[in-house]
Order: sequence, then structure tokens, then C-alpha cells
Amino acid sequence: MKALVAVKRVVDYNVKVRVKADKTGVETANVKMSMNPFDEIAVEEALRLREAGIVSEVIAVSAGIQQCQETIRTALAMGADRGVLVQTDAELQPLAVAKLLKAVIEREGPELVIVGKQAIDDDCNQTGQMLAALLGWPQATFASKIRIADGHAEVTREVDGGLETVAFNLPAVVTTDLRLNEPRYASLPNIMKAKKKPIATVTPDELGVDVAPRLVTLKVEEPAKRQGGVKVGSVAELVDKLKNEARVI
Amino acid sequence: MSVLVIAEHDNRALKPATLNAAAAAFEVAKAAGSDVQILVAGQDCREAAEAAAQIAGIAKILLADDAAYDHDLAENWAPLIVRLAQEGGYSHVLAPATTSGKNLMPRVAALLDVMQISDISAVVSADTFVRPIYAGNALATVQSKDPIKVITVRGTAFAPAEASGGNAPIEAVATTGSAGISEFKGAELSKSERPELTSARVIISGGRGMQSGDNFHLLETVADKLGAAVGASRAAVDAGFVPNDYQVGQTGKIVAPELYIAVGISGAIQHLAGMKDSKVIVAINKDEEAPIFQIADYGLVGDLFKVLPELDEELGKTQK
Ligand SMILES: Cc1cc2nc3c(=O)[nH]c(=O)nc-3n(C[C@H](O)[C@H](O)[C@H](O)COP(=O)(O)OP(=O)(O)OC[C@H]3O[C@@H](n4cnc5c(N)ncnc54)[C@H](O)[C@@H]3O)c2cc1C
Ligand SMILES: Nc1ncnc2c1ncn2[C@@H]1O[C@H](COP(=O)(O)O)[C@@H](O)[C@H]1O
Repeated sequence: MKALVAVKRVVDYNVKVRVKADKTGVETANVKMSMNPFDEIAVEEALRLREAGIVSEVIAVSAGIQQCQETIRTALAMGADRGVLVQTDAELQPLAVAKLLKAVIEREGPELVIVGKQAIDDDCNQTGQMLAALLGWPQATFASKIRIADGHAEVTREVDGGLETVAFNLPAVVTTDLRLNEPRYASLPNIMKAKKKPIATVTPDELGVDVAPRLVTLKVEEPAKRQGGVKVGSVAELVDKLKNEARVI
Repeated sequence: MSVLVIAEHDNRALKPATLNAAAAAFEVAKAAGSDVQILVAGQDCREAAEAAAQIAGIAKILLADDAAYDHDLAENWAPLIVRLAQEGGYSHVLAPATTSGKNLMPRVAALLDVMQISDISAVVSADTFVRPIYAGNALATVQSKDPIKVITVRGTAFAPAEASGGNAPIEAVATTGSAGISEFKGAELSKSERPELTSARVIISGGRGMQSGDNFHLLETVADKLGAAVGASRAAVDAGFVPNDYQVGQTGKIVAPELYIAVGISGAIQHLAGMKDSKVIVAINKDEEAPIFQIADYGLVGDLFKVLPELDEELGKTQK
């Protein structure tokens, strides 16, 4: 069976983002961009399933501007077989991304779709669940373990109280959590090989998807800065301050 | 038009996050000039519905009692909420931004063909909300153009609604049954006598500096003296020191206790995202350059293996 993974191009997690002076968003010019970390985990999981003989082909899909090609190339360098770029300059919100992914899935016919649980830029945590809804498929969010045999899946999920296991038949959508795996680094030979792997390009129009945003961002601001405090010299001083100054114990 | 809150509960009692979501719902209802109702879906969950009816100011409780709702399978819950939203005249549907709410609500939103507004931290008007983005390093004010607003609520941003004083009528609603496409197999829930992280008054968290899971007992004895919950950084969870549900941060739990004590935690932005709204922050770290000190109200530079036993002893003294 085919597996499809969604990979988003985001500001690298190490970058300290700055809000633009005109409050329209955050500064993305000359900022390091990377694959969303949860999507690296998604790619890794699909590759492991291919290596285990459960998945036959791994397709990496990204939606957005031309440069999202680079994100797809990273997935190909990790080992994905081919890519699909849904190219548009329009602002994409999760509902639109879910609709685009659905359209690509209807063309490609994967039985397993793995996406990140959350994009670290918009922090939405929506796309996988929306995609499952639109397809009428089961969903397993926040996965920390995936077992697949004979078209049946059991997924362990990270939930607020601990862990939970759900089971369903494929096709399905799974979203990744941090403990699912540790993504591999692309080796130099694989980076070279990835340059020859195919990336197909389609547009939202060709897929028949209206991507018009439903949320309008009125402004983006910096949160109130927290003032640093004082260093204390001893445990006794700390306890005294917490009792008599901050009055929290 | 009314505002609907999806209650989180264990069929008997409400989870505290429900009260925070209800508080956000009251703000929305005030702006929209409408009232707030609560959906309690579950199996044999009348007791939870009765608890919800006590919340001051709630207009009505909808009770959906069916085996299909026993576990929070989004595949089974979403059709119920979609039907209620469409037939019941709800302008807004809110749920806590817990793992249940995050799992469920986007499925509801997509079926309604609306964009969810995730993890709101303020209500500006009936259609405009503030939400943190980029690990809380920016706050976006967004306006929804959709007819029904599907929202998840950041609990720490809304003081809980009053849990008693109300007496709302409970109305049983028709259920939608099981979608039959997924099955709950089991759970391994962390057991603890300590308070829940997201509602604790005091939290003490350990990071990679703790070196092992065994060493967490040094935090636990201090936690017990303070009536605190125990949390952790991602590094401590990844290393297997403590279970995943201890993780505080951008992609773990968001907390804002009166007192947060970070021990052996460097202060990465992803960790700060989960705790920087705490009232008082204490950092204990042997590296005086650690970024955590930049946001700590009280910093103590030292070896945690020396500091924690001393802290335990000092707290023992003051409690006498
Ligand atoms: C997609 C993504 C999501 C993430 N989500 C989260 C999240 O939700 N929550 C989270 O916490 N992180 C998250 N992270 C990870 C984050 O970037 C950091 O790697 C992590 O927070 C570091 O944990 P730490 O501070 O425990 O470890 P380190 O950064 O290794 O810091 C350990 C600290 O302990 C101190 N120390 C060591 N020994 C002692 C001693 N004996 N006494 C006193 N101090 C000592 C050191 O000086 C150091 O400052 C995420 C990362 C990514 C990429
Ligand atoms: N523009 C995009 N292109 C590809 N995948 C995306 C895109 N946006 C979101 N995703 C996927 O959806 C996941 C969750 O994103 P979000 O719902 O925005 O938090 C990401 O980790 C990706 O796997």
C-alpha cells in the first residue's frame, strides 16, 4: 500500500521569531526555514513502514509557495519516493490544506496518511483531524506507536492522562507526536539521489479546491515581556522570598 | 442563537478545564447577547450532567447518553455535535484545548465546513479572538467569517466559571450512535495522588539535569511539602525519566500556576511557551547563563542534587 505524508515548510524551531513593526505578521524574510519537526517524524514513520515491507511507496506532499519544493526535497533525501507540490501563493489555512490533501489523496489512493500533530508556526493542530473528517476516515492523533497488520492498525496516542490505544481498519489518518520515533538525517548520497526523484506540481484550481481563508488576521502583536527577577544566594533566602515577598507558599 | 460548550468529564465529575471553557463561553455569549448551554455526552453520565447544571449562569444542559460516547472517539462524537450545531441554532461551539478537545473539534469544524479557531486566549467580540502562535512568541487577533465558530479554549487564559449556584434544566437529546469505524482498546493512565498539572496551584518541573527517573523522587518530596504537581521538559520525557503526560510546553501542557519551579531545565522557547504565564517562576540551574534565568522571578544558581535536599529541609522547617 501507498503512504502519503504531509510536509509543511515552517520557520526553523531554533529561530527566535520577531513580530513585524506593522503588526501584519512575523518576520520571515532571511529567516531559516525547515520542515515542520512533526512532519520529519511523519516521514520517518512512513519510511520505517516501507522498510518493514508494509508500505510500498512513500509520497511527500507540501502545499504553498514554490520554495516548498525544498521541504519536499528534504523528505526525498530522507528516503521518500516522490513528491507532490500543491503550488499557490495564497495564504493557506488548515481547512484549505485538508481539502487540498483530500484531492491529492483521491488521485493517489494511499491507504495510510501521516501528518504532523501541529505546525510549529500557526500552532493550529487541526489539519489531520479535518482531513480524516472530509474523507470519512478514522483518525489517530498524537501517535506514539503505530502497529499495522493485514489492513488493520492499532495506534497508541499521547493524551493528557497518559496513553490510550485505538484500533481501526485502513485507510486512516494518523498524526505524529514527539515520541513516535527519532527522524534520521539525510546522508550525502541520499541527498544526491533525491535530486533525481520526481516532484509533480499541481495548483488548487486544478484540484478544484477553493482555498479562500476563513479567518482574517487583524493584527499580530508581541506578548507582554516578562521581567527577569533576582538571583538569590541560598535556599533559605529563596524560601524566605517565596513566603514573605511573593507570598506563594 | 446560543453558545454550546462541550464538557469534558469522566461520566461523574467535570474536568476542571470545562469550567475554563465555560468562562470563555460566557464572554462570547455576553458579546453576542445570547446564552450558554453545555453538552454532556458519555455513557451513564447523568451525574456529570448534574454537575454541569450547577455551574452558575448556564441556561441548559444537553445530555447524550450512549455507549458510543464512553470514550472520546472523535469519529462518534463529531456527528452528534455537527447535528446539534446545525439543528440547535448554535452560533459558537467551544471545547477546552485539551488532548480530547484538540482531537475532536477540528473534525467537527471540517464537517461544518468552517475553520476552527484554536487555543484562544481572549475574546475580543463575538467573531474576533486572540490566539498565541509561534510558541506564544506572537499573539494573533483573528476574525472568523464562518457562520458557526468552532473554538478551543486555552484554560490558563480564562479564570474558571463558578462551579455552583446554578440549576439548569437537563434535556436528553437523541444520540447518533457509533460511526463504527474506530474502537477504543485501552488506556494506561498515570496514577498520582498529586494535583493535575493544568489546575495545580504549584508545579515543580524537572529537566534533563535530573539525570534519571529515580532522581525525580528528589522533586516529589518537595512537591509533597508544597502540595505541588510534578512536570517535566520534553528532554526529560524523551529520556524516559517520566511519562509523556508530564511534558510542559508548546507541544505539551500549557500551565500557569501561582508558583512554577523549574529544576535542571535550560529554558528553551518550546518549554517557556508552556509556563511563562505562571505568576511566580523559580529557576534552579547550575549554569548561570541558562536562558530560564531571563524569565525567572527568583533564580538560584547551584547543583540541583545539593539544592533539592536543602529545599526539602528548609520547607520542613517552615511548616513546623
Ligand atoms: C517540535 C518541538 C516541540 C517541542 N516541544 C517541547 C515542549 O512542549 N516542552 C519542552 O520542554 N520542550 C519542547 N521541545 C524541546 C526544547 O527545544 C528543548 O530541547 C527542551 O525543552 C530541553 O529540555 P531541558 O531544558 O530539560 O534540557 P537541556 O536543554 O539539556 O537543559 C538541561 C539543563 O539542566 C542544567 N543542569 C544539568 N545538570 C544540573 C545540575 N546537577 N544541577 C542544576 N542544573 C543542572 C543544565 O545547566 C541545563 O541548563 C520541543 C522541541 C521541538 C523541536
Ligand atoms: N501547507 C501545508 N503543506 C503540507 N502539509 C501541511 C501544510 N499545513 C499543514 N500541514 C500538515 O498538517 C500538520 C498540522 O498542521 P496544523 O493543523 O497547521 O497545525 C502539519 O504538521 C503538516 O503535516
